[in-house]
Amino acid sequence: MEEMILTELKVNQSAVVKEVLGGYGVKQRLESLGIRAGQKITKISSHFWRGPITVKVGNAKVAIGHGMAQKILVEV
Amino acid sequence: MAGKIINSDKSLPEEEKKILLMGNPNVGKSAIFSRLTGARVTISNYPGTTVGFSQGFMKLGKDEMAAVIDVPGIYNLEAVCKAEEVALEMLKKGDIVINIVDSTNLERNLFLALELRERNIPVVVALNMWDETRHKGVEIDARKLEEELGVPVIPTCGLTGEGIKELVERLRGVEKKDFKPLSRKHKWEEIGRIIELTQTLHHHHHTFLERLEDISTRPLTGLPIAVLVVYLSFTVIRFIGEGLIGYVFEPLFEKLWLPLMQKLSLAFGGGGFLHDILIGNLVEGNIDFGQSFGLLTTGLYVPIAAVLPYILSFYLVLGILEDFGYLPRLATQVDNLMHRLGLHGYAIVPMILGLGCNVPGAMALRLLENRREKFIAATLMAIAVPCMAQIAMIVGLVGQRGGRYVALIFGILFSILVIKGLLMNRFMKGRSPEILWEIPPYRIPQLQAVVKKLYMRVSEFLKEAVPYVMLGIFIVNILYILKVLDFLSHVFAPVLSGMWGLPRETISAMLIGFLRKDVAVGMLGSLDLTTKQLVIACTILAVYFPCMATFVVMVREIGAKDMAKAAGLMILTAVIVGMALNILL
Repeated sequence: MEEMILTELKVNQSAVVKEVLGGYGVKQRLESLGIRAGQKITKISSHFWRGPITVKVGNAKVAIGHGMAQKILVEV
Repeated sequence: MAGKIINSDKSLPEEEKKILLMGNPNVGKSAIFSRLTGARVTISNYPGTTVGFSQGFMKLGKDEMAAVIDVPGIYNLEAVCKAEEVALEMLKKGDIVINIVDSTNLERNLFLALELRERNIPVVVALNMWDETRHKGVEIDARKLEEELGVPVIPTCGLTGEGIKELVERLRGVEKKDFKPLSRKHKWEEIGRIIELTQTLHHHHHTFLERLEDISTRPLTGLPIAVLVVYLSFTVIRFIGEGLIGYVFEPLFEKLWLPLMQKLSLAFGGGGFLHDILIGNLVEGNIDFGQSFGLLTTGLYVPIAAVLPYILSFYLVLGILEDFGYLPRLATQVDNLMHRLGLHGYAIVPMILGLGCNVPGAMALRLLENRREKFIAATLMAIAVPCMAQIAMIVGLVGQRGGRYVALIFGILFSILVIKGLLMNRFMKGRSPEILWEIPPYRIPQLQAVVKKLYMRVSEFLKEAVPYVMLGIFIVNILYILKVLDFLSHVFAPVLSGMWGLPRETISAMLIGFLRKDVAVGMLGSLDLTTKQLVIACTILAVYFPCMATFVVMVREIGAKDMAKAAGLMILTAVIVGMALNILL
């Protein structure tokens, strides 16, 4: 098991969300979209120059801003 | 804000049962809505509210009618954002909730279902997008889910109408049951338990659309695809627009309407007050639809023959892109660039809508999160995003002098957008917010849905545009007859000719631009301008101020104070850009 932040995850790599670091607002917004501790996510893409990260969670795809993605701790 | 919500609720009917359609964003609520309310629907939009909703009617029993209300999409009932506040407010007044659930994302969608069943209102769950579960390898035991959830569960498909009949039947007998309130954490545990019992996932092969989703999401392939899609869209819009003008609308006006107008002109004796108002001035003894400026000549020609074809083709292409699910992907691709302008990727949506008409574009500003972003987006839209009516007139008028001048005008506007955005981002306090949004799967657009949406948007345009164009032309004629324009042109001559190198008669176009930009551009056609003057005048008309309808909506969306600042920036930009062009060109 290796811990990293979502931005470090490679494209097409899957991981389990360990923790969302950040305030209630950020946690709650991410949770609404299915990103919460224990969920499996797969990185689909990341954009140049600190652009958004796209992940697949369940059957849904979600685009997450770079800064917010840095607050998501995952386990591979 | 609360006042506005109550305001809109006043128009809800008192006697009928009220059925609320609630669910996460983009689960097909509106498709179910139009299925339930059917052909007899009187969909009313309430653009006056903070977050709009639509209402229609359905037959519940033999003689029982019920009002159906399409509530904005929400993820939970915590009242964090405006959409959630509106939803909570409506929940108090409803009699039954249909919780529409995306079957392909059951787990996430069940959170709202668990919240809703704890409320004091009967709930029916529609497992929507049932048809999509098969290709996604999702298998749900609907009967078991009903047992576990304790509320009726009906598989539906809004697009085909599958399951709608059963949904209506189950609505009749539905009763409120009591559920023990669960904490947030316990809700997710309960959902985990329910999912375990009711859902099986199978491995499935990637479909063609899913592969397309992947390549248009990754930047290396996605960016070229984005450029291609935008380029193709504009090519198709232009092709259809020009085709409709050349083969349908021009011939219609020249062959059918012109002879009628000529007879009318003769009947009036070729002049006089009524003749001037209805037919306008004769150009070398003939009616000229572009320059005569009568209500029945230019007043009909501008909105119908010059602008409508482009409105039709623009909204056709936009509707297909929207229904396919491309816009959120485009937003992801441009997110980076938009951050440089103080916005985020999703701001591309109001901008694109603004290209059709700035009014719906301005309404879509509420998609954006904070005041800074709304202000920047509104200012940029008002300054540098011309609406399709204006674009059509510029293409028609300036295009006669050569396509490169049309390109020059749009190039100037685009540069203003970029420079203005960079400056505002640099000098305004705060930062543009992070994006977080769901990217829907691609779906093949349904012809019927695309046509219906096109019809709604085009009739909206005709209802709004024709009367205002007529009013604009009427005002021009009256001002002209009363010699007010003469007076104003003398007053503003120093600005117009001194700073921008324009003849003082352009004041009439600048005035009418407050009302309708398309008419204003049309007025430039009769002024005998040089190409340089035409380019400057068209650019200033786009930049200096939004039309009245847009102005009103923007004041509502960003507030009077911010709009006053934005207006200051617009006028300042117009002055500087006009002067610069006058020197440079």
